[in-house]
Amino acid sequence: MAATSQRRHVLSIADLDRPDLERILDLTGSFAEVSQRRIPRVPALRGKTVVWLFYEDSTRTRLSFEAAAKQLSADTVNFSVGSSAVNKGESVRDTVQTIEAMGIDAIVVRHSCAGVPHRVADWIDASVINAGDGRHEHPTQALLDLYTARTHLGGLDGARVAIVGDIVNSRVARSDVLAFTAMGAEVTLVAPRPLLPSSLEGWPVTVTHDFDSVLGDIDICYLLRMQLEREAGASVPSLREFRAEYGLHAARADRLKDGALIMHPGPMNRGVEIDGDVADRPNAVIAEQVANGVAVRMAVLFLLLGSGLDLAEDHTVAAA
Amino acid sequence: MSARLAAVPSHGTVVIRGGTVVDSTGTRRADVLVGDGRVIAVDPAGLDGDRTLDASGCVVAPGLVDLHVHLRQPGREDAETVETGARGAALGGFTAMIAMPNTDPAIDCAAVVREVQDLSAGSCCDVYPSAAITVGRRGVDLVPMAELVRLGVRIFTDDGAGVQDARVMRRALEYAAGLDHLTGGRRVVLAQHCEVDELSRGGSMHEGEWSSRLGLGGQPAEAEELMVMRDIALARLTASRVHFQHLSTAGSVAMVRAAKEAGLAVTAEAAPHHFTLTDACCATYDTVFKVHPPLRTDADVASVRAGLADGTLDAIATDHAPHTSADKERPFDAAPPGMLGLETALALALTNLELPIERLLALMSWQPAAIAGVDDRHGRPVAPGEPANLCVIDPEATWTVSGVAMASPSRNTPYEGMELRGRVRHTLLASEPVVIDGEVQR
Repeated sequence: MAATSQRRHVLSIADLDRPDLERILDLTGSFAEVSQRRIPRVPALRGKTVVWLFYEDSTRTRLSFEAAAKQLSADTVNFSVGSSAVNKGESVRDTVQTIEAMGIDAIVVRHSCAGVPHRVADWIDASVINAGDGRHEHPTQALLDLYTARTHLGGLDGARVAIVGDIVNSRVARSDVLAFTAMGAEVTLVAPRPLLPSSLEGWPVTVTHDFDSVLGDIDICYLLRMQLEREAGASVPSLREFRAEYGLHAARADRLKDGALIMHPGPMNRGVEIDGDVADRPNAVIAEQVANGVAVRMAVLFLLLGSGLDLAEDHTVAAA
Repeated sequence: MSARLAAVPSHGTVVIRGGTVVDSTGTRRADVLVGDGRVIAVDPAGLDGDRTLDASGCVVAPGLVDLHVHLRQPGREDAETVETGARGAALGGFTAMIAMPNTDPAIDCAAVVREVQDLSAGSCCDVYPSAAITVGRRGVDLVPMAELVRLGVRIFTDDGAGVQDARVMRRALEYAAGLDHLTGGRRVVLAQHCEVDELSRGGSMHEGEWSSRLGLGGQPAEAEELMVMRDIALARLTASRVHFQHLSTAGSVAMVRAAKEAGLAVTAEAAPHHFTLTDACCATYDTVFKVHPPLRTDADVASVRAGLADGTLDAIATDHAPHTSADKERPFDAAPPGMLGLETALALALTNLELPIERLLALMSWQPAAIAGVDDRHGRPVAPGEPANLCVIDPEATWTVSGVAMASPSRNTPYEGMELRGRVRHTLLASEPVVIDGEVQR
């Protein structure tokens, strides 16, 4: 992404190398500053239109993108699948080509099936941002995770990251493995075999089934949501046993190094992968992840749609 | 079914001039004169006829026989019809094909068998409907096999799904083995789509490195292999004949090889995509690469090729499976599996398999003809008096695959833009040229 302004889509962390990621994280820092302003709004994307096309329920990701777009002064359109032609059987291709015909600059896609954003990118000229595709990737989540972790740890070179729990069903895990390792971190997957992908060929990770063995070594303990709606529960004997073996309960959290971060992409199953009181500890940065999501998504939208120029305060809004 | 022949008007004799005849008896330079449905003469010294087809530089062979096509009629005529499928078949050098029963309604009763037979009358390829093993392909109750055999059905399969219940499959094998008196002693064939649903459910591609990376649900090789293993055991138990459809894994090929060495009456086919493409093709999420059984690994491709070379696999069958663009544009999980195959099969075999043309034609003509029980009419030696179902192949011609150029209303070829070697020049059905110089005549 040497010429970042020419990048058209953000579909997968696999498409980004370390300089790309660093550029986004640095830009995220700038936008985090914008968010702190009295009027948290810049005119960078005035006149640009961004559409949300969410085929799968989402609260935090969509709100986060909306906040990001608003702070950049972009116009936004929410294509609510529940009340649209999609429910009448319209294909994804017809839907996105119809939306594009209305004149849009970017489309943010979430779908329960892997690869849909990639196909959409083949079908339209507007920029496509993957807001989560099935069990594949969730690139902006990984970017906000990197940003949050980097803010606390300084850098990620040599950082030891454990990603714990329902790996196989997790698009966050796939993006985070690629993102953290690209930034120089070492990633260990901690999960029972049925919750791991069938093949880890080519994955730059180590694997353990023994959560306790890594607790004292790691800088980041990243817990994944047990995706009970994807039948993750059927992959383990019981949630009780899962919590006992792979949940971050207080006794495990006590064994983490000082300064080790506890992260979770939300929404949490408190009492399953993470105990309620652990999620509220000072080294749990879960709420911060959510907060940083806005700045990260501003950076992504700006890189795809911005002229690269105007980060000045939006005086028209300030005056109003 | 032979009644159809009479409906085809005769237009005098045709001489196929300047080619090399290749059939199950060997290879020789000769002109071939055909007329009135039959081969009239085969002569290296040259022949004359009312019409001449140039075959210089070409192989003149018995027409190809496809054990496995989906013609979508009745039910999905927007994707394919018997007529368009027959055109594609003729363009691909096929003179006979077995239509799979997963139509809507399924071919599971006399009425639908007759419908498909009627639809194929006068088309440019002989179409033999197979029938389902179980009513509605639901895996529970057997279809009226004897009644359907009397109508000419010789292959039964629930293709698109395997018969999950071993007890049902055993019953079907035992019952079918007692129908010889209806067929002049030939065995009715039960063909199995090998897939154990419990293991493949939720999968839309091969389970392995690529499915894990792409976040798509996987179907492990073992989902196929477990049913191959089971049905080999059932073939032994019932002393019956089983045909394995579209085998795709190294393990399946190895098990069939061992079963044949043990003397069991098993036969097997493989599809061109399983000796050509791998699961890595799915990396773009293009559903044109979604097929069941799924594209496998390089090692599986190598095993399928080896199985075709050493005789473990008896036939190349296309598993031609047209789907509309609208259906194929659904998300990968939801898109229907299958790809076009009729017009590319021969060229893929010539391009990718390092087999002598005689071996290749055995796999695509007389061996599948024998499995399907149509070897009284197809895959016959090119000799006076034999039915003149022939194809003329230019083995060196190169061409570029184009979906829009194909006869099917569907476009789902995974080989779009690929340059292949070997092209069908002419196809003759009952001595009538149905394809001349690559142009379909009906």
